[in-house]
Amino acid sequence: MDVNALVEPDRVHKTVYTDPEIFDLEMEKIWERIWVYCGHESQVAQAGDYYAVTIGRQPMIMIRQPDKSVQVLYNRCPHRGVQIVGNLKGNTGSSFVCSYHAWSFHLDGSVRAIPLAKGYEGTRMTKDNPDCGMKRAARVASYRGFVFASLVDDGPSLDDFLGEAKIAFDDMCDRSPVGEVEVVPYCHRVMQHSNWKFFMENQLDALHPSVTHQSTGISAGRVEKRLKAESGSAPLYYHYLSTFASSFEQWDAVQTINFPHGHGILKAYMGLRPRDPDTLEYEALLKDAYGEDKCEEYLSRSIHHVLVYPYLSVQSPLQQLRCLRPVAADKTMSEIWHFRLKGAPEAIYRRSLWYYNLVNSPATMINADDLENWSKGQWGLQSKGGDWVSFHRWFGDDREENGVTYSNHGTSEAVMRNQFKAWATYLDGAAA
Amino acid sequence: MSGTKAAIPSAGPDFEHLLAQEVVIEAGEDETRTGAQRVALDHSPRAPLEGAHRSDSLSRLRQRAGVSATPELQQEVEQFLYLQAELLDGKHWQAFIDLFAVDGVYWMPVAPEQTEWEGSPSIFAEDKLMMEIRKGRVSHPNAWSQAPMWETNHLVSHVALEAVSDGEIRVRSRFHMMELRRDDVRHFGGRYLHTLVRDGAGALKIKLQRVDLFNSQAPFDYVLQVWV
Repeated sequence: MDVNALVEPDRVHKTVYTDPEIFDLEMEKIWERIWVYCGHESQVAQAGDYYAVTIGRQPMIMIRQPDKSVQVLYNRCPHRGVQIVGNLKGNTGSSFVCSYHAWSFHLDGSVRAIPLAKGYEGTRMTKDNPDCGMKRAARVASYRGFVFASLVDDGPSLDDFLGEAKIAFDDMCDRSPVGEVEVVPYCHRVMQHSNWKFFMENQLDALHPSVTHQSTGISAGRVEKRLKAESGSAPLYYHYLSTFASSFEQWDAVQTINFPHGHGILKAYMGLRPRDPDTLEYEALLKDAYGEDKCEEYLSRSIHHVLVYPYLSVQSPLQQLRCLRPVAADKTMSEIWHFRLKGAPEAIYRRSLWYYNLVNSPATMINADDLENWSKGQWGLQSKGGDWVSFHRWFGDDREENGVTYSNHGTSEAVMRNQFKAWATYLDGAAA
Repeated sequence: MSGTKAAIPSAGPDFEHLLAQEVVIEAGEDETRTGAQRVALDHSPRAPLEGAHRSDSLSRLRQRAGVSATPELQQEVEQFLYLQAELLDGKHWQAFIDLFAVDGVYWMPVAPEQTEWEGSPSIFAEDKLMMEIRKGRVSHPNAWSQAPMWETNHLVSHVALEAVSDGEIRVRSRFHMMELRRDDVRHFGGRYLHTLVRDGAGALKIKLQRVDLFNSQAPFDYVLQVWV
């Protein structure tokens, strides 16, 4: 495959969204090589707690060890290949047991017992052969409680892979007076009938909200305005919705910052520092914990979303995380998670919860219209109505410094151009 | 193939004999002998027994069966629930919202163990103002997701009055909603728990409608647009 024939600086060929062979290459050269998010350590709090997770096309198990470390194993019995855990999550006790022939394994995947072991004497499948254990992910590492795995030995470290996008996790955790978050133990899963790239591009696409989400923005703005007229103020969560109907000019003023590896940031636009008593109490806690300067640094970061390309969208100021698990060229599962700031007042959690319930829940008044766009986008790209996808807006206008691209206009398609630069490097094999 | 009879080999008497034989395997102490008995003691890979229908204890179910209501009240409540379902299917959004008391809430929790609508991760957690926003949104000419043909069909059944006091009626029921969107049909099922009150004119109003989807934690193929 000639990547250069598909990805040009200002446009890409439609097949990168639609071709099943390209999808397979993405799985092989991207997902099954790079660091992929498995979950948060608090999802598997006790030894034996597990969570089944898909990395590329590989069924994996994130499992807490007796020594408190977290391991990631292939969900596959080395005997006849049957998957070991059959549920999404649970606690497996002190061992895994295969439901087919009762081979059993320690929590680190090493074999514990083989039934009728005598029958294996003189063969290569005896207990001392490491192939009799469940295979492990080549590398597992975590950053501030967020667990990642890579299925190959080579390639950049997690630190290098995340690069500047580490701010997603720093920004989330620094907002806790003890520097930690814990997972809200529910995961919404939403299937989108479109290529994963639609999601990643959409996250930092600042032109779409006032078009796509105008119905919700206008409706919420009307109620917000009435409340303000009646009682002088409206809860912040009305603004979560009404802000989507901001004007093109307002959106154009919100900058994007685009990093190597396709990662990126959409800067803040919602103003999450009201002066109500809850916020003041919370800020006092942070000042006690970190001192005035650090507290100010943490709370004044201008972040709306951080993208970890090609699969993670982290809204750190509101502790939301969405992770993509691509299923096929035209099918993508998104996992939607929410976190609590440890040690922060309940009111601060509830403020962020409104965003989770209104924008990210399966009854979302926002993503409903995104999903509709992406389905129609997929169908459009499958047609013979044209071959190219355009990323020309503000092409040539962005400012680049040390490999980081800063848009001069929020609506610049610098985001997509930067993502495809990374994509092409991955598929070319030049990057690990 | 022709000429030979398709001979399906018979298991024969030995096999029949084996089928009839009951084999009892004792749990052994010898680790090398077997994996299963040895390690299975604390191993519970099953999904925990939690589900939309599990939150009712047996005693509560029996207690509910003992609640006596007049046939008139039972019928009035049933008709009220059927009306609500018809308003949804007819897309009469304002009339649907009007069924709620001034401080009424529509709540769809994520999991059956949740008890409070405020402060809980939820699928829906809407007071009347939020319902008004949703109504305004789906009625807007540029609500893009509303463009494809879509219809719903609700069935409501198992209407059981759970508690009746002077001020409140708690009624539990089951629903099945089929939804047509574009060319596909989706199914949502589960339970309603309505807490009803009477307004000044004596009409029933919803103080809290709790909706437990039995498939709330399964992947959503697309999302929910309006109340279920």
